Amino acid sequence: MPQNEYIERHRKLYGRRLDYEERKRKKEAREPHKRSQVARSLRGIKAKIFNKQRRNEKIQMKKKIQAHEEKKTKKTTEKVAEGALPVYLLDRDVQSRAKVLSNMIKQKRKEKAGKWDVPIPKVRAQADSEVLKVIKSGKSKRKAWKRMVTKVTYVGEGFTRKPPKFERFIRPMALRFKKAHVTHPELKATFYLPIIGVKKNPSSPMFTSLGVITKGTVIEVNISELGLVTQAGKVVWGKYAQVTNNPENDGCINAVLLV
Amino acid sequence: MEVDDTEEQKRLLCRFKSETGEPLGEMMDLPLDCTVEQLTLICNAILQQEEKVPYLFFVNDTEITKSLSHTLDVANLNTEGVVDIIYQQQAVFKVRPVTRCTSSMPGHAEAVISVSFSPDGKHLASGSGDTTVRFWDISTQCPYYTCKGHNNWVLCISWAPNSKKLASACKNGKIIIWDPETGKQIGKTMVGHKQWITSLCWEPYHSNPECRFLASSSKDGDIRIWDTVLCQTVQTISGHTKSVTVVRWGGSGLIYSASQDRTVKVWRANDGILCRTLEGHAHWVNTLALSTDYVLKIGCFDPVKDTNSDLKNKDPDTLKQFALDRYNNVIKAYGERLVSGSDDFTLFLWNPETDKKPLARLTGHQQLVNDVKFSPDGRILASASFDKSIKLWEGRTGKFICTLRGHVQAVYMIAFSADSRLMVSGSADSTLKLWNMKTRKLEIDLPGHADEVFAVDWSTDGLLVASGGKDKVLKLWQN
Repeated sequence: MPQNEYIERHRKLYGRRLDYEERKRKKEAREPHKRSQVARSLRGIKAKIFNKQRRNEKIQMKKKIQAHEEKKTKKTTEKVAEGALPVYLLDRDVQSRAKVLSNMIKQKRKEKAGKWDVPIPKVRAQADSEVLKVIKSGKSKRKAWKRMVTKVTYVGEGFTRKPPKFERFIRPMALRFKKAHVTHPELKATFYLPIIGVKKNPSSPMFTSLGVITKGTVIEVNISELGLVTQAGKVVWGKYAQVTNNPENDGCINAVLLV
Repeated sequence: MEVDDTEEQKRLLCRFKSETGEPLGEMMDLPLDCTVEQLTLICNAILQQEEKVPYLFFVNDTEITKSLSHTLDVANLNTEGVVDIIYQQQAVFKVRPVTRCTSSMPGHAEAVISVSFSPDGKHLASGSGDTTVRFWDISTQCPYYTCKGHNNWVLCISWAPNSKKLASACKNGKIIIWDPETGKQIGKTMVGHKQWITSLCWEPYHSNPECRFLASSSKDGDIRIWDTVLCQTVQTISGHTKSVTVVRWGGSGLIYSASQDRTVKVWRANDGILCRTLEGHAHWVNTLALSTDYVLKIGCFDPVKDTNSDLKNKDPDTLKQFALDRYNNVIKAYGERLVSGSDDFTLFLWNPETDKKPLARLTGHQQLVNDVKFSPDGRILASASFDKSIKLWEGRTGKFICTLRGHVQAVYMIAFSADSRLMVSGSADSTLKLWNMKTRKLEIDLPGHADEVFAVDWSTDGLLVASGGKDKVLKLWQN
């Protein structure tokens, strides 16, 4: 094993051979010839490996040349940033607030038609048997008129359960939700907003009235804390959103705001 | 009934006084049921006004709305003493409130950041985030010229007081002067500031009718005075340690600047020497307003009365004298007053020409103050804040008058009408609101913008209001 950097030391003390530079140049000049000699004589797997390596080298070389050329040419057009702000807002971190969501008239019209341009246009229909579990009742468990909802539900604030005799649909406490994670598609930000109601469950109007929330359901959320305003300058507080996940599997509701 | 009878006979020794406290005429015996109309008649007669001028009357700082007996506390009144009635002259003309949007002019490809009418009320210009300045034709409400020259957002624009030039400044720190008649650039682009420019202000007309010098303040903490003919910096005034937010060129040859280093500084304009530093604010100073702002802005014009509209036929000296007279008329009562609004939610009222102590500290806002304006007659002071409210203060003492609520989001900018009777405010809630200064109530709500309103301006002749905002359109509002 060599001890210490004795070669460097020698070089520092006595310098290199006098013809070192010239020999080096010549060796480098000879290199391509040698390489082509090798390339011509290689056969089989060795040739394959060699060629692949050579190809990669060439690609890297070309990339480097291109990068250097780009550096040389000056970029004349600099893009102007979007989202211009007046002077008085420049030093403040204003959260980018989205445009006022579509105007109220359009909104009303859509509401009437019961149609929205939703992010998830097609959802798998939920069968009754999937959502509702039959509960046997009666002394000998012969009666089967009771149902338990096995999906996530939204139950309004002032709801009181009926006495067991009259309660046909049971909505379990564990599956009730009050808030949803709503993403604003333009802001690309998510807010944890309280739910106001279930507007439409595409599977069945009965689920809508029960407040069942499955994937694709349109819910109404309270967006007053987002600070959106209508064109008339009023604060918008209710807005629709479509559920994008399967809440019963995930334990949370994710939704996209309908703009 | 008996009581009424005696009251009718009651008379009172009164004396009219101007705002400055100069007594007007002799003491006179007035009946207690003397109404405002009658007082106005008397006042007009004593002052020998040619046309009837409306007045407001005050007794002990309360306005007389119906008659003397309604305002005065008759029961506790000392009938032996003399009652001082202070009269305030109102503008002869009346600006009609704008009620509708007459045109929304698209054209800008990005948010409209600044809007400004020319002092003579004939041109309208706007600066936008799409790097252009546009001139608009007011009479047909159409685009006129698109001026390309900047390569970043045009942050502020400012009209020269003679209406022949418009200065615009961009985020790259360049200033360009435009000719409103041709839409072409005058001279070279003025480069010097290292960061964006926060405000522009021209030299007052009465000190130099050529409108040659321009002051600009920048984020880099400097104030520069430019010669717009040679397109060079005449002077660089540095002294602020942080971004300068506003610069104002006062009528008496002083430059006022507010900065984020919590101070307002007063400089002498001709040699750039610091006169005094006004300290008091605890946070950034955002905005400044002078009681003479309006007079300095309109220069030699009188758009409402439409005199001096033809500049060519007039001798510059008479115009200069006209502007100077009007300026002196405004400062006669209380001098040039300065108000500064800050991030510490307060405003300070200063007398910057003589004193470095504040006259008053105006507190009450619950969020930062973004804009302050004096009414053209200098009597009322309005401050717009991010707490969604506008507050009115007395321009003289800084006494709180009332709060105007109605906006549901931050109020960005306010503009007074030329007769000081109306005010319009633009807000982040995408509406403009028109406030009546007399009743101190919301007059009309002006919805229409699709997004935040960044800039509002009331034309100097009072006919139009222009507004621009994030929705990229410029809207004109009219009666």
